[in-house]
Amino acid sequence: MGSRWTWRLVALPGVVWLSVFFLLAFYVVLAVAFGNQDTLSQPVPHWNPLDWNVGYVLDTLKNFWHGGPFLKVSLRTVEFVAIAVALSLLIGYPVAYFAARHAGRWKGAILLALIVPLWINYLMRMLAWINLLAPDGIGSDVLHGLGIEKLFLTLGLLDEPGGWLNGQPTTVILALVYGYIPFFILPLFVAIDRIDRRHIEAARDLGASARSAFFRVTLPLSLPGILAGCVLIALPMFGDYYTADLVSASTQTNMIGNQIDELMRQGSEKVTGAALTLFLSLFLLGLMFYYLRTTRRAGTTAQTT
Amino acid sequence: MSWLRNPWGRPRFLMLITGGYILWSVVPVLLAIAFAFNNGRSRTTWQGFSTRWFTGETGSVLHDSALRDALGHTLLLAVICVAVATPLGVALALGLQRWRGRGSGTVNTLMLLPLVTPEIVMGVALLLLFLRLFGGIGLGTDAQAIGQVTFTLSYVVVIVRGRLVSIGPEYEEAAADLGAPRRDQFSRVMLPLLAPAIVASAAVAFAISIDDFVVTQYLSSDASTTTVSMLLYSSARGAPTPALNAIATVNLVITLATLTFAYLVYRRFAGREEATSIATLEV
Repeated sequence: MGSRWTWRLVALPGVVWLSVFFLLAFYVVLAVAFGNQDTLSQPVPHWNPLDWNVGYVLDTLKNFWHGGPFLKVSLRTVEFVAIAVALSLLIGYPVAYFAARHAGRWKGAILLALIVPLWINYLMRMLAWINLLAPDGIGSDVLHGLGIEKLFLTLGLLDEPGGWLNGQPTTVILALVYGYIPFFILPLFVAIDRIDRRHIEAARDLGASARSAFFRVTLPLSLPGILAGCVLIALPMFGDYYTADLVSASTQTNMIGNQIDELMRQGSEKVTGAALTLFLSLFLLGLMFYYLRTTRRAGTTAQTT
Repeated sequence: MSWLRNPWGRPRFLMLITGGYILWSVVPVLLAIAFAFNNGRSRTTWQGFSTRWFTGETGSVLHDSALRDALGHTLLLAVICVAVATPLGVALALGLQRWRGRGSGTVNTLMLLPLVTPEIVMGVALLLLFLRLFGGIGLGTDAQAIGQVTFTLSYVVVIVRGRLVSIGPEYEEAAADLGAPRRDQFSRVMLPLLAPAIVASAAVAFAISIDDFVVTQYLSSDASTTTVSMLLYSSARGAPTPALNAIATVNLVITLATLTFAYLVYRRFAGREEATSIATLEV
């Protein structure tokens, strides 16, 4: 029905928009990274790839190669993100599992409680913790009273009593977990909720204990949901700068996002900033396409069943 | 202590974790809201109930020009963003759904990419675009609105296309079989069926725009383009008054009210299951 061009025409405005403000914008990053800068250290893009100047990209690479600050910040970022994702999995899986399987008549209410944080402004949620963890804040008092502060001090996870907001890697990692875990739990909840109960019943009928039915049926079947959730929260964490800025306010906990932000927005080294953005994008490209591929496959199977 | 030996069999252990998680995720925000009503300058010590930080004569959301303007600018951007992203996204969803063959896969990937691109990458790209290529537009309100449209567009497409899939082609085919002209097939059959998804996607775009931080910050120019999120970022660590909690609370109420409205509309017309999948931002 209709000419084959009609629907392409309908899609055209959106396609043009994305081409200009997404694809072309990304080309500008390339042109700036492979460009030059003027005497006021403002970027001078080189639009023609034949004129590209590799100087700034090479300098950025050398910074990594010789173990400069970029390498240090990148390794710290990978460390923070890895720990934060692992903690999210550790906390998030039991919650998603309980909500999907054992919540019973509370399922709706629990789902609502899991959804609401997703829609609360991220910065407001950080503001809440800044209020709590201030030296005279309620959270600091509670952590002190419960002996958690002492435990963290003993373990070396905290430098000084009441110093939660003074450049502590522990606080940054926990803030990342707090900030992004709702985005991990919900897709995982959906994945576990969709597992056909008959698979587990079959395993139990065939003599599997509850424990081995979980480890040999439920867990493998929820693995795609786990991986998708991990990627979904790792991507924004890798580009995060505001969490560390807000709960640490120290360069000691700088992540790669902070480094880019300092070069791009605060400082006047936009060319190096563009080069670093390029490296970050290349590093994350694999994760991005992995996520798109798995979710699309999930979408097509949902349609056919 | 049977749950210790077999924690998965009996859910008490899981219940404890889930309960703890929900408290941990909700209580800090509730406390932040409570302190918006503090009758004093402290954000850590309770000094009695008052609405002075919302409507008081000095330093309140209503009367402090910096706070009021930030809230106004946030809402202005959200309105522009919805007005542009909704029609653009609905058209793209309709086009993509029926566009078979060459090019559709590429466009589909292009449409999904903004959903998985870290915001700082988009912020940097758009900043350089408006600084070096579109200097005529420059930084400020226009650039901020364009940036927000670029990534809310994908959410609109995903929501509308989800609805298109669940409607299926039957209704349109029936209308065609009964002799309806093509214009009527769309305006009298498809559009009413799509309406709840359009309303829901507009609401989601509104909420995402209001809570956006990175792209909006990167494309801002002077103080007049400050939004609530930017204000929270720049003054959370200073020594602000509970007015900051108050403006965050107003922001929260607007977002949640918009989404509740969209959820109810969608549930009324498309059923609970689909409405929940929108609220969970399933992409």
